[in-house]
Amino acid sequence: MDSEPSDAGAERHLPLGVLDRQLLFVTGKGGVGKTTVASALALLGVEAGKRTLICDLDGTDEIPSHFSSLRQLSFAIHEVLPGLWGMSMDTEAALREYVRIFLHFPFSGRLGPLAKAFDFVASAAPGVREILTVGKVCWEAKEGGWDLIVVDASASGHVVSQLGAPEAINNLVKVGMVREQTRWMLDVLSDSSRTGAVVVTTPEEMPVQESISLVSRIRNETAVDLVAVVANRVLPELFSKGEEAVFDSLCAGSGADSLAQHAGGRIDPMLAAARLAIGLRRRGAVHLEHLRDELANSVPLVYLPWSHRDPESLEETRDLAAALAAELG
Amino acid sequence: MTSAPSPEGNLRDLLQSKSIVICCGPGGVGKTTTAAAIGLMAAVRENKKVLVVTVDPALRLSDALGVDRLGDQPSRIELSGLQGSGKGELWASMLNTSLAWDNLVRRYAPDQATIEKILSSTLYANVSRRFVQSHDYVAAERLYELHQDGDYDLIVIDTPPSRHAIDFLDAPSKMAEFFSSKLLRWILAPYRSRWVGLASRPFTQIADRILGGAFLAEVAEFFYLFHSMYEGFITRSTAVENLLADPACAFVVVTTLSPGPRHEASYLIRELGQRGFHLAAIVANKVLPSYLADPVGRAAAARLRQDHEAISAAVAPQAGLESEILSGVLAELARNYRDYSHVALREAEERGRLGFAKCPVLDVAHLEHDIDDVFGLAEMGEMFWPQRGSQQS
Repeated sequence: MDSEPSDAGAERHLPLGVLDRQLLFVTGKGGVGKTTVASALALLGVEAGKRTLICDLDGTDEIPSHFSSLRQLSFAIHEVLPGLWGMSMDTEAALREYVRIFLHFPFSGRLGPLAKAFDFVASAAPGVREILTVGKVCWEAKEGGWDLIVVDASASGHVVSQLGAPEAINNLVKVGMVREQTRWMLDVLSDSSRTGAVVVTTPEEMPVQESISLVSRIRNETAVDLVAVVANRVLPELFSKGEEAVFDSLCAGSGADSLAQHAGGRIDPMLAAARLAIGLRRRGAVHLEHLRDELANSVPLVYLPWSHRDPESLEETRDLAAALAAELG
Repeated sequence: MTSAPSPEGNLRDLLQSKSIVICCGPGGVGKTTTAAAIGLMAAVRENKKVLVVTVDPALRLSDALGVDRLGDQPSRIELSGLQGSGKGELWASMLNTSLAWDNLVRRYAPDQATIEKILSSTLYANVSRRFVQSHDYVAAERLYELHQDGDYDLIVIDTPPSRHAIDFLDAPSKMAEFFSSKLLRWILAPYRSRWVGLASRPFTQIADRILGGAFLAEVAEFFYLFHSMYEGFITRSTAVENLLADPACAFVVVTTLSPGPRHEASYLIRELGQRGFHLAAIVANKVLPSYLADPVGRAAAARLRQDHEAISAAVAPQAGLESEILSGVLAELARNYRDYSHVALREAEERGRLGFAKCPVLDVAHLEHDIDDVFGLAEMGEMFWPQRGSQQS
């Protein structure tokens, strides 16, 4: 195992910080906290004075609650917080915009049949839907005047299809407007000083395994540069070495009765909860080690702490953003 | 707004008369593992011949079953360490999406020439291999096929990782809609006359400018070939849809009691209801132990948090511990308990929000270790599948 260069060393050597990129695609297996990490990254952008856009690619509608906002995101961009704008993807609206911008064809009532026909072609013609999705994001990066765009992208497999769509189309379509379109999209996506992918995972077996395969798929099947892997919900060490010895003797029964007396109740639930926390942490550490070995310093690996608090509030997102800032250096 | 508590039950009784179990739910909650554990229990406890199918490209089932690799062909899982003289069998397979599509084409295309044309089309390769949505249809289709073959007493399937798990349920009807749509015929009509007159239609004008005529012709040809499978697909899609709604087909919604997944699970449960599908139970996975929500424990933790210095000064000498370190440990114990108990109480709240489903919510506790073999699966299964003759815990 190449345990030689430490993680910290690898992070320092990065020529470009994660947030130096303009366009970040945040992805990962379902349930690992993709949206939370995307929200924290966006907030960091806002705090650095950047004109920031957060984009929900899957229409899961989970972003507003991360900013304690009640207003749903829509395709029409609106301001969520001072300095932070939000939108959610809608392929039909993207098509409408595409046709208006590129074909100078104003649509209103007549989109109905076209949208249906589009839907139909998109069912079979590969990547048409994906290209509109990615195309809209690239368009905002190119023309929207944003300092930072954070995309809460789709879960694992799908994101590779989306990011790979311009290339797929490029291989299939030999002439026509789409081919020209894919060229500038590819320019945006493959510019590693501008665009990057962030893979989120948790210290659990399956998420780690899936993130390892996602990392290699992003590298092999898309033009997008992988800029960071974020291990979310990492449990902190509960006790120091000296404390652990004391904890062990408490578990073995020393002072338990008198402790219970003083605390006015049973202390074994507390001891059990501590054992649970220690066990979960150890289990997670094994998976993190596996992840670290697999990544072998090829990309920065950053840790975000587990939080017991209610997820999804501006306060929680701020805390995570602070932790993320500390990790990103 | 919490509704009445969920009814009691266990999967052994709830799934007794079922021949298909579909495990669905949000991503990352342990659907595949739950499906495998259900299959294992039915094989070991009920002596059934069970097939567990995973349609997830992430190969999770093979991990949970401790076999290196699962193929499209079912392979038998070794259970000798788990059962005495039981006759139950557990088989597992993984859906190979592109192979399943190829088989569909072979079955429904009218002749060998069409089969070859479809299979060699670039568009076909993209539809069947690259894009996630195509998993949904073939998964439902394969389930139907396996059920028709009748080789197993019970088939347990976990749904593909869809953006919304609901896509799986709608896949057959969408496919039928696709093939019977007027639009398809409308697009195909001019193709039959080699695109003559097509240029006059506004849609094709626009499409031509966007995609280029050659590509559009390719798309049309692909549709045209695909259309030859119309009859077969329509009949089959309807049959698949009927199977999903059959009383012998049970749905188990798997979720955790975190707010996000639980919210998604509630949505899924409503959608199942609207389609008339049969929800047997909800499995709440990775639930924290109940001692965390214990009021006495919470009170003790609160006191310890406040007075850890005084308490450790009193306790340390007689316990032979150093007071300062003990004080730190007590503070940490109390803080840790408070944090976890906060989460445990939130879980209880989220469980209450599942009451509307009016079906049992079965807790699966946080296991101390990862499940990577049949013994781990059995340990999980114990929690929702009691021994016959024993009282449900």
